[in-house]
Amino acid sequence: MTRLGQRRFLAVGLLVVLLIAGVGSYYASSHPDGLEYVAGKTGFADTASDDPVDTDSPFADYSTRGVDDERLSGGIAGVVGVLITLGLGSGLFLLLRRRGGSAGARDDEGAAASSSAPADPSARRG
Amino acid sequence: MHVPDGYLDAPTSIATAVVAAAGVGVALRRSRAELDDRTAPMAGLVAAFVFAGQMINFPVGAGTSGHLLGGALAAVLVGPWTAALCISVVLLVQALFMADGGLTALGTNITLMALVGVFVGYGLFRLARLVLPKRPASVPVAAAFGALLSVPAAAFVFSLLFEVGGNADIAFSTVLSAMVGWHVVIGIGEAAVTGLVVSAVMASRPDLVRGARDVAGQRSALVTGPATALDAELPR
Repeated sequence: MTRLGQRRFLAVGLLVVLLIAGVGSYYASSHPDGLEYVAGKTGFADTASDDPVDTDSPFADYSTRGVDDERLSGGIAGVVGVLITLGLGSGLFLLLRRRGGSAGARDDEGAAASSSAPADPSARRG
Repeated sequence: MHVPDGYLDAPTSIATAVVAAAGVGVALRRSRAELDDRTAPMAGLVAAFVFAGQMINFPVGAGTSGHLLGGALAAVLVGPWTAALCISVVLLVQALFMADGGLTALGTNITLMALVGVFVGYGLFRLARLVLPKRPASVPVAAAFGALLSVPAAAFVFSLLFEVGGNADIAFSTVLSAMVGWHVVIGIGEAAVTGLVVSAVMASRPDLVRGARDVAGQRSALVTGPATALDAELPR
């Protein structure tokens, strides 16, 4: 078994993730999920707030505001969601990680501020 | 299983928010031991995968669907503390940008999926690893086992929360049996996806599966060159 290089592994992984969210999601079941279904059956579905805290996101309910084509609308929302999650997650994990050999160093603020950490996520994703 | 605003009353939502904040706080400190230059980008990818996986609802019969929760999967791949952060990031993005899961229910959703899902899944994975033969092929099987039961475990905790602070007066046994019953079925899908994904990563990069470090060594000892050098840097 040949081992994929780290970069190639991450690139292939990201491609798979983007395909799942951008293309595969169109074929997902539109039935209510387990919790929604049970809420309906046992009678607490109507306790869901009519006026939930709304962030007025253009991607609410995994569709893209202003894009009529259902496939495209959902695909864009999925890809955007993946990229936001990847950006937030990678940024957080790169900040938290142990660097080099200084595993024991408790240099939370110091290391984060002085190193090139903020630039790292984009560089690594590229 | 994303809880919307309104299912649970304010005191219960505040209590779960406190639990979630405490859990995430501990995870922020403990995950440092799991994250290094190699695993940090992997963890970002795992969070993105869980986001994508949660978009894929699969039918489970009677007009119901389920989707991956991803807690057990993430824990086996990148370690439980980092996994708790992965799922929390996914839930935050879903609540903020996708209107999936209420913002006032974010603490509840983190408690259910990022804490209960992850730690029940990971705990059962470790248990299964103790029982199963110590070889690479056991890792996806143990991961699937943890995944299978992590879903009804989260459903069980939701039922408890609903009994304490649900905004409707419904018998505990009614909610419990329906929630756990359906989520056992959804757990089968969770187990299948988790087992397949862990198998795929084991086949290409076993060194990136944190829950396989004890057995990945067996295999990477056969591999010469840079990969072995990388493995040697890892604390065991």
